[in-house]
Amino acid sequence: MNAVLGNKKAIALLLGPALLVYTLVMLVPIFWSFGYTFQSGSPLAGFHWVGLTNFRTFFDDPTAWAAVRFTIKYAVVLTAGQILAGYGLALLYVFFLRRASGLIRTLVFFPIILPTVAVALLFQQIFASVPMEGPVNTILQGVGIDPIDWFGHPATAFWVIIVMDIWRSMGFYAVLLYAGLVDIPEEIIESARLDGAARWSLVRSIVIPLSFPVLISTVIFSINGTLKVFDSVLALTGGGPGTTTSPLTLYMFQTSFSYGDYGYGSTIALVLTILCLVVTVAILRTNRREGRGA
Amino acid sequence: MTTTRRRLSVFAALGVAAALVAGCSSSTGAQGDSSGASSATSAESSAPSSAASSSSSAGEASSASDSATASAPSLAPGAAQFAYLSQTENTTISTILTSLSTTQCTDAQAAAPLSVTNSPGATFDQKLQLLGGQDALPQAFMAPGTPSLMKQLISSGKVVDVGAQLESMGLSDQILPAAASTLNALYGTTSIHALPTEFNIEGIWYNKKIFADNGIAVPATWDDLTSAATKLEAAGIQPMAASGKDGWPITRLIGDYIFRSLGPDALQKVADGQAKLTDPDYVKAADAIGELGKAGGFGKAVSSVDYNIAMNLFLSGKAAMFYMGSWALGNFNDPKQNTIGVDNIGFMPFPAVAGGAGSVDQVPANAGVPLVLGAKNYGANQQAWLKCIANDYGDAVFKDQGVISGFKTTNATSDSPVTKIVQDTIASATSSVLWFEALFSAKGTNVSQQNAAQLANGSITGAKFMQLVQAANAG
Repeated sequence: MNAVLGNKKAIALLLGPALLVYTLVMLVPIFWSFGYTFQSGSPLAGFHWVGLTNFRTFFDDPTAWAAVRFTIKYAVVLTAGQILAGYGLALLYVFFLRRASGLIRTLVFFPIILPTVAVALLFQQIFASVPMEGPVNTILQGVGIDPIDWFGHPATAFWVIIVMDIWRSMGFYAVLLYAGLVDIPEEIIESARLDGAARWSLVRSIVIPLSFPVLISTVIFSINGTLKVFDSVLALTGGGPGTTTSPLTLYMFQTSFSYGDYGYGSTIALVLTILCLVVTVAILRTNRREGRGA
Repeated sequence: MTTTRRRLSVFAALGVAAALVAGCSSSTGAQGDSSGASSATSAESSAPSSAASSSSSAGEASSASDSATASAPSLAPGAAQFAYLSQTENTTISTILTSLSTTQCTDAQAAAPLSVTNSPGATFDQKLQLLGGQDALPQAFMAPGTPSLMKQLISSGKVVDVGAQLESMGLSDQILPAAASTLNALYGTTSIHALPTEFNIEGIWYNKKIFADNGIAVPATWDDLTSAATKLEAAGIQPMAASGKDGWPITRLIGDYIFRSLGPDALQKVADGQAKLTDPDYVKAADAIGELGKAGGFGKAVSSVDYNIAMNLFLSGKAAMFYMGSWALGNFNDPKQNTIGVDNIGFMPFPAVAGGAGSVDQVPANAGVPLVLGAKNYGANQQAWLKCIANDYGDAVFKDQGVISGFKTTNATSDSPVTKIVQDTIASATSSVLWFEALFSAKGTNVSQQNAAQLANGSITGAKFMQLVQAANAG
């Protein structure tokens, strides 16, 4: 084995095909796309060099900044919601349901395997107001509240997206965190109980600190996933009303592929990349400091 | 961290990969008709000469077919196929072309067989742009949804000047003048570069019975219309059905209001930069529509109403008025959808605005999705198709689908009163206007239609709406 892997030719031969495919479908388009950020034009009219104009446009573009704000707001709110719901469920599995949690875990996990578009259609019907009031509005009417046009206003549309995505993903995060909780040695919890730790102090002083590494990974995982949200928003609201629920990804997609402005679209993609990098690095830094402190 | 970068790049790669895939598929198409490739330039250069020869011999060659045969030898044969790229959603044109290929167009079919390929409407403009960039446009295709893209295709010489071609064959009068002027206004040309496979007029359809029951006369001015709306609202009837999900049924109203209040050239001025949508006179139009909506003119939850729901609201008698184009005749004439009865539907032009510079005679019109011929490999084979389409499409599409096209028809009569209204209006129209977004950029169009529902439900003001659209148009 060592002989084979020590041979440079063998390494090249083994890596070559994968590297070639990787270069063709990943590296070339990345640099290509990066090149577009300094250009303007269309495939029809041809591209020409515009320097930093696209970046200047971005900084002066209120829609772009609204998209950045939406992206961050969505990522923060959804990450908090997902992890709180997921952590709550995980605690429920471990301390309350214990061995009987199998069925519940499966049921709560179920939505994650459904296609996003199907879930979005489901929620469109649940929150529908025309041609028939959906279940939510019917319930509101039942308790004497006027029905709400959920998708007609930015604020309500935002919360429908959040509710849908939490429902969709909490099972997944519950399983992820459950794995972390199961790892906590039974003896530690037992001895804490003997020391008189009640339910909340047990969670606060024992369970949360011991599952902290898993929590951090989950936050990184969730933030990165939510910063790149695309399909659920597109399928549920299409970024509307107006562009008030358009994340950067959707704005990038529309700019490139609906408006045919590949240069500016690539610029938005680059900004999104930078945003993701900054957030990830920031979280990792915090985590490392916490790790040293402990 | 690396996963982040990798995931993002997947996204970027997907985009370019899609472009590459589109490129691959189209380049195979280009190889397929490479036989005619060499003749492309000669076909283009010979077109004017054939036009000249036919006009010089116009005295002798009185009939269309004579001049066509006279000009045929000077035109290269062109591609040995007539590939047509259609939007998947629109089956009308491909159905009619296919049926023509077995009836009136058998000769053209023999020389250049028709083949239809479909592409989804949502990404159709993208596809055309990529094909155009690779010089791989098919012989015929539906015009892009965005007029600005069509203008690019025209200015880069990718599409045939069908006006000149028809002229050379003596078939110019096969295109209705109103349709030709609409196409020219839309694309900023003096000779048409697209065939009007539809010709639609737009206006407000109303339920005669509801109007009569509530003692409402057909509104002549915008103020009449709003007071009618108030009356209907009080009687518990939704005044107007409109799809906020699509947006355009609402922005059309803004455009028409602008044409009525500021005159037919008002939006051309915006396109030329002489005026801005944020000017007070323009904002007034958006405010007028916004106020109608805020007062409940479009019913509740207008933003969730899609095209079919709006159609159904009107055709089931739940809404009194419906701004729509004449392409909806098919729905109106279908007794299964139309439960209020064809005789019960009246048509009125968009009302006048008091003190406005426009007039109700200026009919909002469009040519639907016109048919365009690709300039590459255009030759006698394609010209034969053009001749046959110009001669026979109008009657065929009216007979088969009840669609009113911009072609001259010889035998298009209908028993339906609504169809007759449309035909009469087209025949008597003295001038036409376009629609709100006709001269906007793709982004301006999108932003306008996306925000229309917010304007109509009172979430944003007219000034804010116009500001968003003006910014999107400029950017």
